[in-house]
Amino acid sequence: MDIKIPYNEDLRPDTGLYNAKLGIWLFLASEVMLFGGLFSSYILLRAGASVWPPIGLDGQSVAHLLEETIGLATFNTVALITSSVTMVMSWVSLKMKDISKFKMYMWITISCAIIFLIVKYFEYSHKIHEGFIPAHDTYMALYFTMTGLHVLHIIGGLFVLVYFVMPDGIKMWDDEPIRFTNRIEVFGLYWHFVDLVWIFLFPVLYLLN
Amino acid sequence: MSNKEHHEESFWTKYVFSIDHKVIGIQYGITALFFLLIGFSLMMVMRWQLAYPDTAIPIVGPFIKWLATLNGFASEGNLPSDLYNVFGAMHGTIMIFLGVVPLIVGAFGNYLVPLQVGAPDMAFPKLNMASYWSYLPGGIIMIISFFLPGGAANSGWTAYPPLSDIATQGQTWWLVAMIFLISSSLLGSVNIIVTIVQLRVKGLTWMKLPFFVWSQLITSFLLLLAFPPLEVAAIFQLMDRIAGTSFFLPSGLVISGEMLQVSGGGSPLLWQHLFWFLAHPEVYVLILPGMGVIAEVIANNTRKPLWGYKSLVYSSFFLGFMSFTVWAHHMFLTGMGQGMSTFFQITTMIISVPSVVILSCFMLSLWGGSIRFNVPMLFALGWIPMFGVGGLTGLPLGLSTSDIHLHDTYYVIGHFHYVVAPGTIFALFSGIYFWFPKVTGKMLDETLGKIHFFASFVFMNGVFFPMFIQGLAGVSRRLADGGASYAHAADVLKWNETMSYSAWLLGLAQIPFIVNLIWTLYKDKDSKANANPWNATTIEWTDATSPPLGHGNFKKTPVVYNGPYEYSVPGMKDDFLPQTKKIKKGK
Repeated sequence: MDIKIPYNEDLRPDTGLYNAKLGIWLFLASEVMLFGGLFSSYILLRAGASVWPPIGLDGQSVAHLLEETIGLATFNTVALITSSVTMVMSWVSLKMKDISKFKMYMWITISCAIIFLIVKYFEYSHKIHEGFIPAHDTYMALYFTMTGLHVLHIIGGLFVLVYFVMPDGIKMWDDEPIRFTNRIEVFGLYWHFVDLVWIFLFPVLYLLN
Repeated sequence: MSNKEHHEESFWTKYVFSIDHKVIGIQYGITALFFLLIGFSLMMVMRWQLAYPDTAIPIVGPFIKWLATLNGFASEGNLPSDLYNVFGAMHGTIMIFLGVVPLIVGAFGNYLVPLQVGAPDMAFPKLNMASYWSYLPGGIIMIISFFLPGGAANSGWTAYPPLSDIATQGQTWWLVAMIFLISSSLLGSVNIIVTIVQLRVKGLTWMKLPFFVWSQLITSFLLLLAFPPLEVAAIFQLMDRIAGTSFFLPSGLVISGEMLQVSGGGSPLLWQHLFWFLAHPEVYVLILPGMGVIAEVIANNTRKPLWGYKSLVYSSFFLGFMSFTVWAHHMFLTGMGQGMSTFFQITTMIISVPSVVILSCFMLSLWGGSIRFNVPMLFALGWIPMFGVGGLTGLPLGLSTSDIHLHDTYYVIGHFHYVVAPGTIFALFSGIYFWFPKVTGKMLDETLGKIHFFASFVFMNGVFFPMFIQGLAGVSRRLADGGASYAHAADVLKWNETMSYSAWLLGLAQIPFIVNLIWTLYKDKDSKANANPWNATTIEWTDATSPPLGHGNFKKTPVVYNGPYEYSVPGMKDDFLPQTKKIKKGK
């Protein structure tokens, strides 16, 4: 039953990669195409609009509300960048075989992700409360779809992060330390990508209006 | 349960939730063949409506009546036009996304790629299982949607908005199912690429890879990069349908004389761009692995090296790359502008060059070979001219001037069916006959196979060739009465009966195939199907048993010394030199 897949943790000499690292880069390439499609659609819809953000059927535009939320979004940007830094630190800690520091940095990363989600919740509910639902205009539709997909990526990542510090996930450190370190590296790449997407979303959706 | 059995895998982990690439490949194969049959059956029913509009359908009439009543359409055993639209949309969807792609990438790719590169399994076996178990729910959702009020999706497999935005709820199910299928493809393609790049055995350098592996590699890149934009489009359309957004709805849209109460500001063309950005590379996803199968079969049965191996590899790369730059040739008539049309017309003409190079290489490979006319080879030989017809009839469609006349006519239907049906599906049949002994250890019957081939060859042409005649006369596609009420069609209407009878006979022609599959499976193990019945050179034949060992594939990890197509090497006793056989240099 147990078969050994080559290059699961050691590097293949001619490619210099272990399997999961190539796998995550390919996955991120497809993610680039996913968000690339979203940003292209944004450009196309914005180019076709006479005013941006457009005015909805109720004669309102979300422009004034956006001004108010720039502060929150900036705070969120800082939170995500911090989580990216601590994500690297947790990987470095593993490389230095310091499991307690690893746990500490992981918990900071998790906290930052949760803070991001809480702030996002307040942003969403504020907008919806004011009547700016996705159906209001194409800006709101893009706003909710793009940030919504990004939030889904954060939530997915959060589950994996928590798994890594739970007894079930962390026990791999005792049996296969290299594989566990690789897992953290690979997940880190994903996490940086999610962070990077936000770095694009923030100016496009909040500042360039 | 005895102690010994306790160590064995249970039925569930061995056959259902297996992580062995061979079992997953077979699961994909059986499921996809089943869906192909469903997709084909839909078409056989539609062909009755096209030949004899609004008359009761024999045999399946009561079932159609039951289904139509369930969906809320009036039917007296005939196919109402609403249901015709459903069948049309679902025929395309099922054939492409649930039938051909899962069969050629999911089944063939999964089963053969690890064996041909000498790997014990795919790089990520659990991900592999996840990709099948994401495909199956997608398929089940599609099938369930047939029984909803209003039927399944009915806006064509291209699901153009605004129509699809306001269509019945079957469309929502279609979108959800598509998201499952897209996820499945993404997982599968990552897995295949990593397997090929990372798990090639010692000595198997890039230019020693069988062409089939190359074709799977390029196909996987296309799936990986082209599907996400469709996922975006599907999410947008879901938002339009569920959250009331207007991604694809322009301002001031009037439906049945009433203004649609949406914010507007969207663009129906956005869907078409996102959709065709997937769906054109998808054409090459369908055809490239087919070419890979044909390459293996032709080299093996001409007993000589494949002509122009490197040209084939480079052409496929170029084909893959260019396929991302031609999508808007589906949109010449949308008014997107002359400049855009010119650009996409040029790229379309360019992309025909590598296809012709590949086809020419296959034809030149036949030159001077002592050809073995077995069933896989017959399908491969049938494939060459049929794919040629499909490819060449595409040229007038790629030129925006002639496309004005031909756009959305039966000519288009004829063109892409020649590429996909006798093209890809013939390659699939060829591959099934060729690798069946590998998978089961039993040879398929040659006589039944030949009946299957010749009947399919004749009736495929009977179905699709008259479409060119009708299309050139100007008959539009998607007419629920086959053109009976359409002035342009009067002179060419008679072809509808020919096509329909051909389609039903084509259905009958598949019976020998199905009988052959089942009957051979129940035979005892075949002594002819030893490890290498075709005297082939590639690793899966020379270093693995038939069927291969359980999980792990090889007793001993193979080491490769030779290229993939070393047939009839001068001075050798056998007319084939296995990739893993070391020969002394300097003779």
